[in-house]
Amino acid sequence: MNDHLSKQFDNELEALRSQVLQMGGLVEAQVRGAIQAFSNGNLSLADQVVETETRVNTFEVDIDTDCSQIIVKRQPAATDLRLIMAVTKTVTDLERIGDEAHKIARMARQIHERGVADSGRFANIRHTGDAAVNMLRQALDAFARLDVQDAMRIITEDRAIDIEFKSVIRQLITYMMEDPRTISTALDIIWIAKAIERIGDHAKNICEYVIYIVKGTDVRHTKVQFPEVQPAKV
Amino acid sequence: MSAVLESPAALTSKTKIKVKDLNFYYGGFHALKHINMEIPEGKVTAFIGPSGCGKSTLLRTFNRIYALYPRQEAKGEILIDGENILAPSQDVNRLRAKVGMVFQKPTPFPMSIFDNIAYGVRLYESLSARTMEERVEWALRKAALWDEVKDKLGQSGMSLSGGQQQRLCIARGIAVKPGVLLLDEPASALDPISTARIEELVHELKNEYTIVIVTHNMQQAARVSDFTAYMYLGELMEFGVTDEIFIKPKRKETEDYITGRFG
Repeated sequence: MNDHLSKQFDNELEALRSQVLQMGGLVEAQVRGAIQAFSNGNLSLADQVVETETRVNTFEVDIDTDCSQIIVKRQPAATDLRLIMAVTKTVTDLERIGDEAHKIARMARQIHERGVADSGRFANIRHTGDAAVNMLRQALDAFARLDVQDAMRIITEDRAIDIEFKSVIRQLITYMMEDPRTISTALDIIWIAKAIERIGDHAKNICEYVIYIVKGTDVRHTKVQFPEVQPAKV
Repeated sequence: MSAVLESPAALTSKTKIKVKDLNFYYGGFHALKHINMEIPEGKVTAFIGPSGCGKSTLLRTFNRIYALYPRQEAKGEILIDGENILAPSQDVNRLRAKVGMVFQKPTPFPMSIFDNIAYGVRLYESLSARTMEERVEWALRKAALWDEVKDKLGQSGMSLSGGQQQRLCIARGIAVKPGVLLLDEPASALDPISTARIEELVHELKNEYTIVIVTHNMQQAARVSDFTAYMYLGELMEFGVTDEIFIKPKRKETEDYITGRFG
Protein backbone atom coordinates (compact mmCIF):
# COMPACT_ATOMS: atom_id res chain seq x y z
CA MET A 1 0.00 0.00 0.00
CA ASN A 2 1.34 3.42 -0.96
CA ASP A 3 1.86 6.17 1.57
CA HIS A 4 -0.70 8.91 1.95
CA LEU A 5 -0.01 12.32 0.46
CA SER A 6 -0.28 13.48 4.05
CA LYS A 7 2.68 12.14 6.01
CA GLN A 8 0.95 13.16 9.17
CA PHE A 9 -2.02 10.91 8.37
CA ASP A 10 0.40 7.99 7.90
CA ASN A 11 1.98 8.81 11.25
CA GLU A 12 -1.40 8.98 12.96
CA LEU A 13 -2.45 5.59 11.62
CA GLU A 14 0.88 4.06 12.51
CA ALA A 15 0.67 5.46 16.05
CA LEU A 16 -2.84 4.02 16.34
CA ARG A 17 -1.74 0.54 15.30
CA SER A 18 1.22 0.67 17.61
CA GLN A 19 -1.03 1.67 20.54
CA VAL A 20 -3.35 -1.27 19.82
CA LEU A 21 -0.38 -3.63 19.85
CA GLN A 22 0.89 -2.18 23.11
CA MET A 23 -2.53 -2.64 24.64
CA GLY A 24 -2.61 -6.15 23.20
CA GLY A 25 0.75 -6.94 24.78
CA LEU A 26 -0.48 -5.72 28.13
CA VAL A 27 -3.66 -7.80 27.93
CA GLU A 28 -1.74 -10.87 26.81
CA ALA A 29 0.53 -10.51 29.87
CA GLN A 30 -2.59 -10.19 32.03
CA VAL A 31 -4.07 -13.44 30.73
CA ARG A 32 -0.75 -15.25 31.03
CA GLY A 33 -0.31 -13.98 34.60
CA ALA A 34 -3.86 -14.94 35.58
CA ILE A 35 -3.48 -18.48 34.29
CA GLN A 36 -0.12 -18.87 36.02
CA ALA A 37 -1.59 -17.56 39.25
CA PHE A 38 -4.26 -20.25 38.96
CA SER A 39 -1.73 -22.96 38.05
CA ASN A 40 0.95 -22.32 40.67
CA GLY A 41 -0.84 -20.27 43.30
CA ASN A 42 1.47 -17.27 42.89
CA LEU A 43 -0.98 -14.70 44.20
CA SER A 44 1.29 -11.72 43.61
CA LEU A 45 0.77 -12.44 39.90
CA ALA A 46 -2.96 -12.29 40.49
CA ASP A 47 -2.52 -8.89 42.16
CA GLN A 48 -0.54 -7.64 39.18
CA VAL A 49 -3.33 -8.69 36.82
CA VAL A 50 -5.82 -6.67 38.84
CA GLU A 51 -3.51 -3.65 38.97
CA THR A 52 -2.92 -3.70 35.21
CA GLU A 53 -6.63 -3.31 34.51
CA THR A 54 -6.54 0.45 34.99
CA ARG A 55 -3.85 0.81 32.34
CA VAL A 56 -5.81 -1.36 29.92
CA ASN A 57 -8.91 0.75 30.46
CA THR A 58 -6.93 3.93 29.85
CA PHE A 59 -5.61 2.47 26.58
CA GLU A 60 -9.16 1.71 25.45
CA VAL A 61 -10.37 5.26 26.09
CA ASP A 62 -7.26 6.87 24.56
CA ILE A 63 -7.36 4.75 21.40
CA ASP A 64 -11.07 5.40 20.89
CA THR A 65 -10.44 9.13 21.29
CA ASP A 66 -7.65 8.96 18.70
CA CYS A 67 -10.00 7.14 16.31
CA SER A 68 -12.65 9.86 16.70
CA GLN A 69 -10.04 12.52 16.03
CA ILE A 70 -8.79 10.78 12.91
CA ILE A 71 -12.36 10.40 11.62
CA VAL A 72 -13.16 14.06 12.15
CA LYS A 73 -9.85 15.32 10.73
CA ARG A 74 -9.28 12.91 7.86
CA GLN A 75 -12.65 11.51 6.84
CA PRO A 76 -11.00 8.17 6.12
CA ALA A 77 -12.31 5.98 3.29
CA ALA A 78 -11.87 2.40 2.09
CA THR A 79 -9.00 0.56 3.81
CA ASP A 80 -8.29 3.49 6.18
CA LEU A 81 -11.92 3.59 7.25
CA ARG A 82 -11.96 -0.17 7.70
CA LEU A 83 -8.81 0.03 9.82
CA ILE A 84 -10.33 2.67 12.11
CA MET A 85 -13.56 0.72 12.47
CA ALA A 86 -11.59 -2.45 13.22
CA VAL A 87 -9.37 -0.68 15.76
CA THR A 88 -12.32 0.60 17.80
CA LYS A 89 -13.77 -2.90 17.84
CA THR A 90 -10.45 -4.55 18.59
CA VAL A 91 -9.84 -2.39 21.66
CA THR A 92 -13.29 -3.30 22.97
CA ASP A 93 -12.44 -6.99 22.62
CA LEU A 94 -9.03 -6.45 24.21
CA GLU A 95 -10.57 -4.63 27.15
CA ARG A 96 -13.01 -7.49 27.65
CA ILE A 97 -10.17 -9.99 27.51
CA GLY A 98 -8.61 -7.92 30.29
CA ASP A 99 -11.85 -8.25 32.27
CA GLU A 100 -11.79 -12.03 31.78
CA ALA A 101 -8.16 -12.14 32.98
CA HIS A 102 -9.26 -10.16 36.02
CA LYS A 103 -12.00 -12.74 36.68
CA ILE A 104 -9.52 -15.62 36.37
CA ALA A 105 -7.12 -13.88 38.79
CA ARG A 106 -9.91 -13.31 41.30
CA MET A 107 -11.02 -16.94 41.11
CA ALA A 108 -7.41 -18.15 41.34
CA ARG A 109 -7.00 -16.21 44.58
CA GLN A 110 -10.27 -17.63 45.94
CA ILE A 111 -9.32 -21.20 45.02
CA HIS A 112 -5.83 -21.04 46.42
CA GLU A 113 -6.86 -19.26 49.62
CA ARG A 114 -9.44 -21.98 50.14
CA GLY A 115 -6.76 -24.61 49.50
CA VAL A 116 -6.93 -26.85 46.44
CA ALA A 117 -7.66 -30.49 47.09
CA ASP A 118 -5.68 -31.80 44.14
CA SER A 119 -4.52 -29.22 41.61
CA GLY A 120 -3.20 -31.95 39.31
CA ARG A 121 -6.78 -32.81 38.54
CA PHE A 122 -7.14 -29.52 36.75
CA ALA A 123 -4.24 -29.85 34.35
CA ASN A 124 -6.47 -29.81 31.31
CA ILE A 125 -7.85 -26.38 32.15
CA ARG A 126 -4.29 -25.04 32.28
CA HIS A 127 -3.83 -26.51 28.85
CA THR A 128 -6.96 -24.77 27.56
CA GLY A 129 -5.73 -21.53 29.12
CA ASP A 130 -2.37 -21.83 27.39
CA ALA A 131 -4.17 -22.47 24.10
CA ALA A 132 -6.23 -19.29 24.60
CA VAL A 133 -3.12 -17.21 25.39
CA ASN A 134 -1.45 -18.63 22.33
CA MET A 135 -4.47 -17.85 20.21
CA LEU A 136 -4.53 -14.26 21.49
CA ARG A 137 -0.83 -13.82 20.75
CA GLN A 138 -1.29 -15.12 17.22
CA ALA A 139 -4.36 -12.91 16.70
CA LEU A 140 -2.29 -9.87 17.69
CA ASP A 141 0.47 -11.01 15.33
CA ALA A 142 -2.06 -11.34 12.51
CA PHE A 143 -3.30 -7.83 13.33
CA ALA A 144 0.25 -6.44 13.34
CA ARG A 145 1.06 -8.01 9.97
CA LEU A 146 -2.48 -7.78 8.56
CA ASP A 147 -2.13 -11.44 7.68
CA VAL A 148 -5.43 -12.82 6.37
CA GLN A 149 -4.20 -16.39 6.04
CA ASP A 150 -3.15 -16.54 9.67
CA ALA A 151 -6.37 -14.84 10.75
CA MET A 152 -8.42 -17.50 8.95
CA ARG A 153 -6.41 -20.31 10.51
CA ILE A 154 -6.75 -18.87 14.03
CA ILE A 155 -10.52 -18.51 13.65
CA THR A 156 -10.77 -22.24 13.02
CA GLU A 157 -8.63 -22.88 16.14
CA ASP A 158 -11.29 -21.30 18.32
CA ARG A 159 -13.43 -24.39 17.78
CA ALA A 160 -10.77 -26.47 19.57
CA ILE A 161 -11.03 -24.23 22.64
CA ASP A 162 -14.81 -24.48 22.60
CA ILE A 163 -14.54 -28.27 22.49
CA GLU A 164 -12.01 -28.31 25.34
CA PHE A 165 -14.27 -26.03 27.38
CA LYS A 166 -17.12 -28.53 27.04
CA SER A 167 -14.84 -31.38 28.04
CA VAL A 168 -13.65 -29.42 31.13
CA ILE A 169 -17.26 -28.86 32.17
CA ARG A 170 -18.06 -32.58 31.76
CA GLN A 171 -15.02 -33.48 33.86
CA LEU A 172 -15.92 -31.01 36.60
CA ILE A 173 -19.45 -32.38 36.75
CA THR A 174 -17.97 -35.85 37.27
CA TYR A 175 -15.74 -34.57 40.13
CA MET A 176 -18.65 -32.82 41.77
CA MET A 177 -20.77 -35.97 41.62
CA GLU A 178 -17.95 -38.13 42.94
CA ASP A 179 -16.97 -35.83 45.78
CA PRO A 180 -19.33 -33.04 46.84
CA ARG A 181 -16.48 -31.42 48.84
CA THR A 182 -15.02 -30.27 45.51
CA ILE A 183 -18.18 -28.38 44.52
CA SER A 184 -17.07 -24.88 45.66
CA THR A 185 -13.72 -25.15 43.89
CA ALA A 186 -15.27 -26.79 40.82
CA LEU A 187 -17.75 -23.92 40.51
CA ASP A 188 -14.89 -21.41 40.68
CA ILE A 189 -13.06 -23.40 38.03
CA ILE A 190 -16.14 -23.35 35.81
CA TRP A 191 -15.93 -19.55 35.94
CA ILE A 192 -12.28 -19.76 34.94
CA ALA A 193 -13.05 -22.16 32.11
CA LYS A 194 -15.81 -19.88 30.87
CA ALA A 195 -13.45 -16.89 31.01
CA ILE A 196 -10.87 -18.80 28.97
CA GLU A 197 -13.49 -19.78 26.43
CA ARG A 198 -14.54 -16.12 26.13
CA ILE A 199 -10.91 -15.06 25.62
CA GLY A 200 -10.80 -17.45 22.66
CA ASP A 201 -13.98 -15.85 21.29
CA HIS A 202 -12.53 -12.34 21.61
CA ALA A 203 -9.28 -13.42 19.92
CA LYS A 204 -11.39 -14.87 17.12
CA ASN A 205 -13.21 -11.53 16.79
CA ILE A 206 -9.87 -9.75 16.38
CA CYS A 207 -9.01 -12.13 13.54
CA GLU A 208 -12.35 -11.36 11.91
CA TYR A 209 -11.48 -7.65 12.03
CA VAL A 210 -8.14 -8.40 10.34
CA ILE A 211 -10.04 -10.01 7.46
CA TYR A 212 -12.35 -6.99 7.33
CA ILE A 213 -9.44 -4.55 7.18
CA VAL A 214 -7.64 -6.38 4.39
CA LYS A 215 -10.47 -7.84 2.34
CA GLY A 216 -13.41 -5.60 3.23
CA THR A 217 -15.40 -8.75 3.92
CA ASP A 218 -17.38 -8.87 7.14
CA VAL A 219 -17.26 -12.52 8.22
CA ARG A 220 -18.88 -12.02 11.60
CA HIS A 221 -21.86 -14.25 12.29
CA THR A 222 -21.34 -16.08 9.03
CA LYS A 223 -20.48 -19.65 8.32
CA VAL A 224 -17.86 -18.58 5.83
CA GLN A 225 -15.91 -21.36 4.24
CA PHE A 226 -12.52 -19.76 4.42
CA PRO A 227 -11.08 -21.09 1.19
CA GLU A 228 -13.62 -18.73 -0.46
CA VAL A 229 -11.85 -15.74 1.06
CA GLN A 230 -9.01 -15.30 -1.36
CA PRO A 231 -5.76 -13.75 -0.16
CA ALA A 232 -5.17 -10.11 -1.04
CA LYS A 233 -3.60 -9.48 -4.44
CA VAL A 234 -2.73 -5.87 -3.70
CA MET B 1 -6.71 -0.06 -20.95
CA SER B 2 -10.45 -0.41 -21.04
CA ALA B 3 -11.96 -1.34 -17.73
CA VAL B 4 -14.42 -4.19 -17.68
CA LEU B 5 -17.03 -2.82 -15.36
CA GLU B 6 -20.04 -4.03 -13.60
CA SER B 7 -22.85 -1.89 -14.82
CA PRO B 8 -24.62 -0.47 -11.79
CA ALA B 9 -27.59 0.16 -14.04
CA ALA B 10 -28.20 -3.57 -13.94
CA LEU B 11 -29.21 -3.10 -10.31
CA THR B 12 -32.08 -0.79 -11.16
CA SER B 13 -34.95 -1.07 -13.55
CA LYS B 14 -33.84 1.30 -16.28
CA THR B 15 -30.85 2.93 -17.90
CA LYS B 16 -31.25 6.63 -18.71
CA ILE B 17 -27.92 7.34 -20.39
CA LYS B 18 -25.97 4.65 -22.17
CA VAL B 19 -22.45 5.54 -23.28
CA LYS B 20 -20.95 3.27 -25.92
CA ASP B 21 -17.28 3.42 -26.81
CA LEU B 22 -17.09 7.17 -26.40
CA ASN B 23 -13.89 8.96 -27.37
CA PHE B 24 -13.39 12.67 -27.06
CA TYR B 25 -10.75 14.91 -28.57
CA TYR B 26 -9.66 18.46 -27.83
CA GLY B 27 -7.94 18.98 -31.17
CA GLY B 28 -5.12 16.42 -31.05
CA PHE B 29 -5.59 15.61 -27.38
CA HIS B 30 -7.42 12.36 -26.70
CA ALA B 31 -9.36 13.34 -23.55
CA LEU B 32 -11.81 10.44 -23.17
CA LYS B 33 -10.82 6.92 -24.09
CA HIS B 34 -13.34 4.22 -24.92
CA ILE B 35 -15.87 5.07 -22.24
CA ASN B 36 -18.66 2.54 -21.77
CA MET B 37 -21.19 3.04 -19.03
CA GLU B 38 -24.87 2.96 -18.17
CA ILE B 39 -26.26 5.69 -15.96
CA PRO B 40 -29.41 4.62 -14.13
CA GLU B 41 -32.62 6.61 -14.29
CA GLY B 42 -33.86 8.48 -11.23
CA LYS B 43 -30.57 8.15 -9.38
CA VAL B 44 -27.61 10.36 -8.63
CA THR B 45 -24.37 9.38 -10.30
CA ALA B 46 -21.14 11.11 -9.25
CA PHE B 47 -17.99 11.43 -11.35
CA ILE B 48 -14.81 11.73 -9.31
CA GLY B 49 -11.16 11.84 -10.22
CA PRO B 50 -8.16 14.16 -10.22
CA SER B 51 -8.07 17.34 -12.31
CA GLY B 52 -7.76 16.60 -15.99
CA CYS B 53 -9.14 13.06 -15.70
CA GLY B 54 -12.01 13.81 -18.06
CA LYS B 55 -14.94 13.83 -15.67
CA SER B 56 -16.17 17.29 -16.67
CA THR B 57 -15.51 16.49 -20.33
CA LEU B 58 -17.69 13.41 -20.04
CA LEU B 59 -20.44 15.39 -18.34
CA ARG B 60 -20.27 18.02 -21.09
CA THR B 61 -20.86 15.42 -23.78
CA PHE B 62 -24.28 14.57 -22.33
CA ASN B 63 -25.82 17.79 -23.60
CA ARG B 64 -23.22 18.47 -26.29
CA ILE B 65 -22.29 21.77 -24.72
CA TYR B 66 -18.75 21.18 -25.93
CA ALA B 67 -20.04 21.89 -29.44
CA LEU B 68 -20.00 25.59 -28.55
CA TYR B 69 -16.22 25.43 -28.82
CA PRO B 70 -14.11 24.80 -31.90
CA ARG B 71 -11.94 21.70 -32.44
CA GLN B 72 -13.76 19.59 -29.90
CA GLU B 73 -15.08 16.30 -31.13
CA ALA B 74 -16.89 13.31 -29.64
CA LYS B 75 -16.90 9.89 -31.31
CA GLY B 76 -19.02 6.96 -30.27
CA GLU B 77 -22.59 6.84 -29.05
CA ILE B 78 -24.48 8.38 -26.16
CA LEU B 79 -28.01 7.06 -25.95
CA ILE B 80 -30.43 9.06 -23.84
CA ASP B 81 -33.76 7.25 -23.65
CA GLY B 82 -32.44 5.13 -26.50
CA GLU B 83 -31.74 8.06 -28.83
CA ASN B 84 -28.17 8.72 -29.94
CA ILE B 85 -27.58 12.35 -29.03
CA LEU B 86 -24.29 12.45 -30.92
CA ALA B 87 -26.08 11.76 -34.22
CA PRO B 88 -25.77 14.72 -36.62
CA SER B 89 -29.54 14.79 -36.90
CA GLN B 90 -29.92 15.52 -33.17
CA ASP B 91 -31.59 18.86 -32.49
CA VAL B 92 -29.20 20.39 -29.98
CA ASN B 93 -31.72 22.89 -28.58
CA ARG B 94 -34.22 20.14 -27.91
CA LEU B 95 -31.42 18.09 -26.33
CA ARG B 96 -30.50 20.90 -23.95
CA ALA B 97 -34.12 21.24 -22.88
CA LYS B 98 -34.04 17.54 -22.01
CA VAL B 99 -30.64 17.69 -20.35
CA GLY B 100 -30.19 20.69 -18.05
CA MET B 101 -26.85 21.85 -16.76
CA VAL B 102 -25.60 23.84 -13.79
CA PHE B 103 -22.02 25.07 -13.61
CA GLN B 104 -19.48 25.61 -10.88
CA LYS B 105 -20.03 29.36 -10.76
CA PRO B 106 -23.63 30.54 -10.60
CA THR B 107 -24.60 32.04 -13.94
CA PRO B 108 -27.84 33.97 -13.45
CA PHE B 109 -28.95 35.99 -16.46
CA PRO B 110 -28.82 39.77 -15.99
CA MET B 111 -32.57 39.96 -15.62
CA SER B 112 -35.21 39.58 -12.92
CA ILE B 113 -35.49 36.44 -10.80
CA PHE B 114 -38.82 35.70 -12.50
CA ASP B 115 -37.40 36.10 -16.00
CA ASN B 116 -34.36 33.99 -15.17
CA ILE B 117 -36.78 31.09 -14.85
CA ALA B 118 -39.28 32.12 -17.51
CA TYR B 119 -36.70 32.84 -20.21
CA GLY B 120 -35.84 29.22 -20.90
CA VAL B 121 -39.45 28.08 -20.65
CA ARG B 122 -40.51 30.62 -23.30
CA LEU B 123 -38.02 29.10 -25.74
CA TYR B 124 -39.77 25.75 -25.68
CA GLU B 125 -43.34 26.40 -24.61
CA SER B 126 -45.87 29.16 -25.03
CA LEU B 127 -47.67 29.40 -21.73
CA SER B 128 -50.32 31.83 -20.58
CA ALA B 129 -49.16 34.45 -18.07
CA ARG B 130 -50.94 32.57 -15.29
CA THR B 131 -49.47 29.20 -16.23
CA MET B 132 -46.02 30.76 -16.52
CA GLU B 133 -46.35 32.19 -13.00
CA GLU B 134 -47.29 28.74 -11.78
CA ARG B 135 -44.32 27.21 -13.57
CA VAL B 136 -41.90 29.77 -12.09
CA GLU B 137 -43.28 29.17 -8.61
CA TRP B 138 -43.09 25.40 -9.12
CA ALA B 139 -39.45 25.56 -10.23
CA LEU B 140 -38.47 27.91 -7.39
CA ARG B 141 -40.24 25.70 -4.86
CA LYS B 142 -38.51 22.61 -6.26
CA ALA B 143 -35.18 24.40 -5.91
CA ALA B 144 -36.05 25.32 -2.30
CA LEU B 145 -35.74 29.02 -3.13
CA TRP B 146 -39.38 30.16 -3.25
CA ASP B 147 -39.71 31.27 0.36
CA GLU B 148 -36.60 33.42 0.07
CA VAL B 149 -37.51 35.19 -3.18
CA LYS B 150 -41.32 35.15 -3.46
CA ASP B 151 -41.57 38.81 -2.43
CA LYS B 152 -38.87 40.04 -4.78
CA LEU B 153 -39.39 38.19 -8.04
CA GLY B 154 -38.90 41.44 -9.95
CA GLN B 155 -35.43 42.02 -8.53
CA SER B 156 -32.34 41.12 -10.47
CA GLY B 157 -31.11 37.57 -10.17
CA MET B 158 -27.67 39.03 -9.64
CA SER B 159 -28.82 40.55 -6.32
CA LEU B 160 -29.03 37.13 -4.67
CA SER B 161 -26.27 35.51 -2.62
CA GLY B 162 -23.98 32.95 -4.26
CA GLY B 163 -25.90 30.01 -2.80
CA GLN B 164 -29.24 31.52 -3.81
CA GLN B 165 -27.93 32.23 -7.32
CA GLN B 166 -26.89 28.60 -7.64
CA ARG B 167 -30.33 27.43 -6.56
CA LEU B 168 -31.79 29.90 -9.05
CA CYS B 169 -29.73 28.23 -11.76
CA ILE B 170 -31.02 24.83 -10.66
CA ALA B 171 -34.58 26.21 -10.72
CA ARG B 172 -33.92 27.52 -14.23
CA GLY B 173 -32.59 24.12 -15.22
CA ILE B 174 -35.62 22.21 -13.99
CA ALA B 175 -38.20 24.77 -15.16
CA VAL B 176 -38.10 23.32 -18.68
CA LYS B 177 -38.71 19.89 -17.13
CA PRO B 178 -35.65 18.05 -18.31
CA GLY B 179 -35.17 14.35 -17.64
CA VAL B 180 -31.52 14.76 -16.81
CA LEU B 181 -29.74 17.35 -14.68
CA LEU B 182 -25.98 17.75 -15.04
CA LEU B 183 -24.20 19.44 -12.15
CA ASP B 184 -20.59 20.45 -12.71
CA GLU B 185 -19.15 21.11 -9.24
CA PRO B 186 -22.32 22.94 -8.23
CA ALA B 187 -21.21 23.66 -4.66
CA SER B 188 -17.47 24.19 -4.94
CA ALA B 189 -17.79 27.98 -4.78
CA LEU B 190 -20.32 27.94 -1.95
CA ASP B 191 -20.10 28.15 1.84
CA PRO B 192 -20.98 25.03 3.92
CA ILE B 193 -24.58 26.07 4.57
CA SER B 194 -25.33 26.76 0.90
CA THR B 195 -23.52 23.52 0.05
CA ALA B 196 -25.74 21.61 2.46
CA ARG B 197 -28.82 23.19 0.85
CA ILE B 198 -27.66 22.15 -2.62
CA GLU B 199 -26.96 18.62 -1.42
CA GLU B 200 -30.39 18.45 0.20
CA LEU B 201 -31.88 19.66 -3.06
CA VAL B 202 -30.06 16.98 -5.05
CA HIS B 203 -31.51 14.41 -2.67
CA GLU B 204 -35.03 15.75 -3.14
CA LEU B 205 -34.80 16.05 -6.92
CA LYS B 206 -33.42 12.62 -7.60
CA ASN B 207 -36.74 10.82 -7.61
CA GLU B 208 -37.86 12.86 -10.60
CA TYR B 209 -34.60 13.46 -12.41
CA THR B 210 -31.54 11.55 -13.38
CA ILE B 211 -28.73 13.57 -11.85
CA VAL B 212 -25.08 13.41 -12.82
CA ILE B 213 -22.73 15.39 -10.62
CA VAL B 214 -19.04 16.13 -11.03
CA THR B 215 -17.32 16.92 -7.78
CA HIS B 216 -13.82 17.25 -6.37
CA ASN B 217 -15.23 16.77 -2.91
CA MET B 218 -15.22 13.04 -2.27
CA GLN B 219 -17.28 13.29 0.88
CA GLN B 220 -19.87 15.12 -1.18
CA ALA B 221 -19.89 12.31 -3.73
CA ALA B 222 -20.26 9.82 -0.89
CA ARG B 223 -23.12 11.81 0.63
CA VAL B 224 -25.22 12.65 -2.40
CA SER B 225 -24.73 9.91 -4.96
CA ASP B 226 -26.11 6.42 -5.43
CA PHE B 227 -23.41 5.46 -7.91
CA THR B 228 -19.87 6.69 -8.34
CA ALA B 229 -17.55 6.57 -11.31
CA TYR B 230 -13.83 7.05 -10.78
CA MET B 231 -11.98 8.43 -13.80
CA TYR B 232 -8.30 8.77 -14.42
CA LEU B 233 -6.41 9.99 -17.48
CA GLY B 234 -9.49 9.89 -19.65
CA GLU B 235 -10.48 6.36 -18.68
CA LEU B 236 -13.32 5.06 -16.59
CA MET B 237 -11.46 3.08 -13.95
CA GLU B 238 -14.30 1.92 -11.75
CA PHE B 239 -18.04 2.42 -11.69
CA GLY B 240 -20.17 1.06 -8.91
CA VAL B 241 -22.50 1.53 -5.99
CA THR B 242 -21.24 4.54 -4.01
CA ASP B 243 -21.16 2.78 -0.64
CA GLU B 244 -19.02 0.03 -2.10
CA ILE B 245 -16.68 2.42 -3.89
CA PHE B 246 -15.98 4.30 -0.66
CA ILE B 247 -15.73 1.32 1.67
CA LYS B 248 -14.47 -1.46 -0.52
CA PRO B 249 -13.37 -0.32 -3.98
CA LYS B 250 -12.44 -3.06 -6.41
CA ARG B 251 -9.41 -1.40 -7.96
CA LYS B 252 -6.24 -0.31 -6.27
CA GLU B 253 -6.23 2.91 -8.35
CA THR B 254 -9.63 3.88 -6.92
CA GLU B 255 -8.53 2.99 -3.41
CA ASP B 256 -5.38 5.11 -3.72
CA TYR B 257 -7.37 8.10 -4.92
CA ILE B 258 -10.15 8.04 -2.35
CA THR B 259 -7.78 7.41 0.55
CA GLY B 260 -5.47 10.24 -0.45
CA ARG B 261 -2.62 8.02 -1.57
CA PHE B 262 -2.71 9.37 -5.07
CA GLY B 263 0.30 11.23 -6.24
